Formats: sequence, C-alpha cells, structure tokens
Amino acid sequence: MAINNQNGYGAISIRKVGKIYDPEGVHVEAMRDCSFEIAAGEFAVIVGPSGCGKTTLLNAIAGFDTITSGEIYLDEELISSPRKQIKPDVDRMVVFQNGALFPWKTVVENITYGPLVQRKMKKPEAMDAARDMLSKVGLNEIEDKYPEELSSGVQRRVEILRALINKPKVVMLDEPFRGLDAIAKTVMHEFLVQIFCTASNTMFFITHDLDEAIFLGHKVVIMTTRPAQVKKIVTVNLPWPREHHLKGSETYLDLKREVLEAVHEEAKKAFEAGEREMA
Amino acid sequence: MIDRIRTGLANPQLHRAVVGILLFLGLWYLLTAVLQLPRFKLIPDPLQVIKEWFSLEPLSGRSLFTKTYYVDIAYSIARTLTAFGLATFMGVTLGLFMGWSRIFYDFSFPVLEILRPMPPLSWIPLAVLILPGVEVAVITVIFIAAFFATVLNTLLGVFSIDRNYFLAAKCLGSRPKDIFFNIVVPGSLPFVFTGLQIGMGIAWMSLVAGEIIVGQRGLGYAIYEGYSLYQYAQVICYMFTLGILGYASSAAIRAVGRKLMAWEARKRGA
Repeated sequence: MAINNQNGYGAISIRKVGKIYDPEGVHVEAMRDCSFEIAAGEFAVIVGPSGCGKTTLLNAIAGFDTITSGEIYLDEELISSPRKQIKPDVDRMVVFQNGALFPWKTVVENITYGPLVQRKMKKPEAMDAARDMLSKVGLNEIEDKYPEELSSGVQRRVEILRALINKPKVVMLDEPFRGLDAIAKTVMHEFLVQIFCTASNTMFFITHDLDEAIFLGHKVVIMTTRPAQVKKIVTVNLPWPREHHLKGSETYLDLKREVLEAVHEEAKKAFEAGEREMA
Repeated sequence: MIDRIRTGLANPQLHRAVVGILLFLGLWYLLTAVLQLPRFKLIPDPLQVIKEWFSLEPLSGRSLFTKTYYVDIAYSIARTLTAFGLATFMGVTLGLFMGWSRIFYDFSFPVLEILRPMPPLSWIPLAVLILPGVEVAVITVIFIAAFFATVLNTLLGVFSIDRNYFLAAKCLGSRPKDIFFNIVVPGSLPFVFTGLQIGMGIAWMSLVAGEIIVGQRGLGYAIYEGYSLYQYAQVICYMFTLGILGYASSAAIRAVGRKLMAWEARKRGA
C-alpha cells in the first residue's frame, strides 16, 4: 500500500487521549486512553458506533475543542493536551458533516475564500487556481452558482476543493457523504480517490459505512462504544488507485468480514448500553 | 412587449387582487351610501373621497391638484426617511456587534430589553425637553420605533447563523475582521431585512402619532386638522396616501433585499 506523500508532512500521533464533558456535573466520558498513529500521507478511516466520540477526536485535532488527558502531536509538534490547545488553522482542514459552504458565496468565491483571507494569493491568481481545480474534476460549469442551487453531492465535492486549495497537512472529513444515495456515493468515492492520488494530504475520515471505510482507507481504525478507545486497527492491503472491481475481490470480502465482526460487537454493546439507559 | 402585457393581464393573481379591491370598495359603499347605517352617517362614501382627491377646487384645500398636498407628503417622507435611515444604520450596527461579541451582548441586552417595550409615543415629553425644536422630537419618536425592531431582528439574524460557518471560516484562516464581514454580515441579512420591513411599518405608524401630537405640517397633522374641520373626505384620502406610501416603501426594501441577497432569490428559483 503505497502512501503517496512527497513532502512527508501530516503525521498525527494520538497518545492516551481522554475527554470528559462537564466533569463537575453530568460527567460524560467520551474518550479514554485512545492511542493510534496516522502516518504522513495516510488515508485513515475511523469507524465506530454512533455517539462514541469520533467527532470529539476530530474537534480536538482541528482545534475546536480541548481534551482532558493525553496528547496529540502533528509532525512531532504538540497541538493538543489538557494544558495546550492550538487554534484552528489552515494546516488542518475540516469538511463538515452537514456541509459548511457559505450559502451567500458562489462556488468560486467559496473556494478562493481561504487563499484570499490568508493573503496567499491575489484575486486573479486564486480565481485561476479555483477554476483549474474545478475543471480537473469536471465541475467547471458551476463556478458562478450558489451552493443551494447544487445537489448535495456536488456541494460536498466543492467543499473538499475549498479545503484542498489551502494545501493543508491534514484533511478531516466527518461523515461527509452521509445522506447521499448509493450511486452518488460511488461517484464521491471515485472523486476522493482521484484527488487523494494527486494531493499529498493525510486524511482523517469518519464514517459509518464499512464499504466506504475499506474502499478508501489505508487503515480502518475501529473504535469501541463510549468511552471511545481503539478496538482494532485493520490494515487494508488493496492496491491504489482503488477501483470498483476490487469490491468483489477475495481480499476485500475478507477485510469486510473482519471489520464487520469488530464493529458488530461494539454495536451490540452500544445497543445494550442504550437499553440499560432506557430501563 | 404586447405579449408580456397580455400574459400579465391573464395572471389569475391579478384578477383576484382586483376582485378583492372591488369587494372592499363595494362593502364600503354599501355601508355608507346605500344602507346609511347610523354610525356611518358622517363617513363619506368612496365616490365622495375620490371626488375630493381629484378635485381642482377641493373643499379642504387639499387634493392631487394642490401644492399643499405635496408639501404634506414631502414633510412626512422627509421625517420618515431621516428617522428610518438613522434607525437602520444604528440598529443594524448595534445588532451585529451584540450578536458577534458575547461580552458586548451581556452589557447591552438588559438595557435594550427594558427600553424596547416602552411605547415610542411615551418618549415625546423627554424628546421635546431634551432636543431642540419640534421637528427633531418627531423624528426621534419615529427613530425609536424603527430602531428597536431593527436591532432585535439583526441580533436574531446573527444568532441564526450555523455555528459550522464560523468554524469553517476559522479553519480557512480568517481573522476576526474577516469573520465579521464574510460570515456575520451576510449571514444575518435575511433577518435584517425582515427587521427593516417591520421597522418601516412602525415608522409610518409613529409618524402619524408624532405629527398629531407635536407636529406642524405633514400627513398626520393634516389628518388631525381635517378631523377638527369636519373634512372627512380629506381625512380618508390622506389615509390612503399613507397606505400607498407605506406599500411603496416596503416594496423598495424588498427590492433592495433581493438585490443584496441574490443567493436567497435563486434558491427560490426566481
């Protein structure tokens, strides 16, 4: 599994991370002793039961929220610990679950927003870069449309381009294709494989969809039910660029069985815990 | 061109609007001219009002063909627009900052909430005492009325913005100033324009009250004068004049809103 990273940036090290919400009051432990490594340029997919704390981890890496124990490093630099929290910045881009394209900006205005506010590019240069990105993925017709005029699949693709134009070390996607139908998802997966093969970012991808996880990931990190810990890491030995016929292969089906078993165990635990809470 | 007029005339919405207006006028005519109910005896029927409105020599000295009519309108428009302009500028600015800064909100919201329910007219004594001249007092009353509607709606507008837009903007490298101009301002615009429409409505209402109490000249003042002098037809045609001005100003605000919020208009497929 070739990790195609030319610059070697974007290694994430998550060390014994814990998060307790409202420790004085309700005391909800979202994560406990969660540790794993993501290599620079690796496509890591995080799966686990709903509400297990996957988004909590993303928020900590992104700089949206603090952690209560442990440390997170980005390229050997401490970015989050109970005593330190660096702010959101352009080296760590987030693509949100429900989409966060600015509805009042056109597609091209959304994509050029980052380079322009950071004053990395002049306007004509940013426009050219944005148009270039759009045409490479066959979306050159839509540059002057507003997000709400587009289908959610196209919106998601634009949002990913808006993140990539900033050349971040890490792109974090929180269930970005939730709510898309199976056909739209296939298109999105091909799109993501295409851009991942040309860019050199580390990917931190949260999903519930196991097919998506195996098809896209170098590794699949399976989390336990709350408080989230790493239950199992499955390495996906499928060749890149990933192609759809792989989904019928023996290796793929074996991997799927392995992931499914681990996830199913946790899902059952989560379900039983839910029943106890209800009782 | 002719085709466009033809399709315009064939529009069922237009037909219903015309029928609605005719029914309203018919009812009015029935109550005043045909049935002559006791309480409606002094009320002029629609024809009398139209006759007065279009008269070359009106009984009240005020009609479409007198200079006084336009002077009255000019006074009222000038007062309303001045007050509304000030209220928009100060109200939107205050609302945006209150929504943007938690600390500023904590300081200002309690004061705002105590002052807001005070009826605009209750400010008249203070306005007359503090401010120089009656003109400024009338404008102040209109300003107060429009101001609170604008502040509150702008504030709600900022609160209505999805938190993820702020997070995304931070990820993309925005400074606070960038967030203010790229997220807070455009994100609150739909609510701001609702506030402006409400503010404009209240402004016209307060104008009339202010002019009746302390004014000289203007539509409200003339309505009160007409009442004192038994010129009821003039009173009614001035009421309709106010209605038309109010309608036109709301339409103008909507048009500006559509221009500034192209994304909203396109979403609705316009």
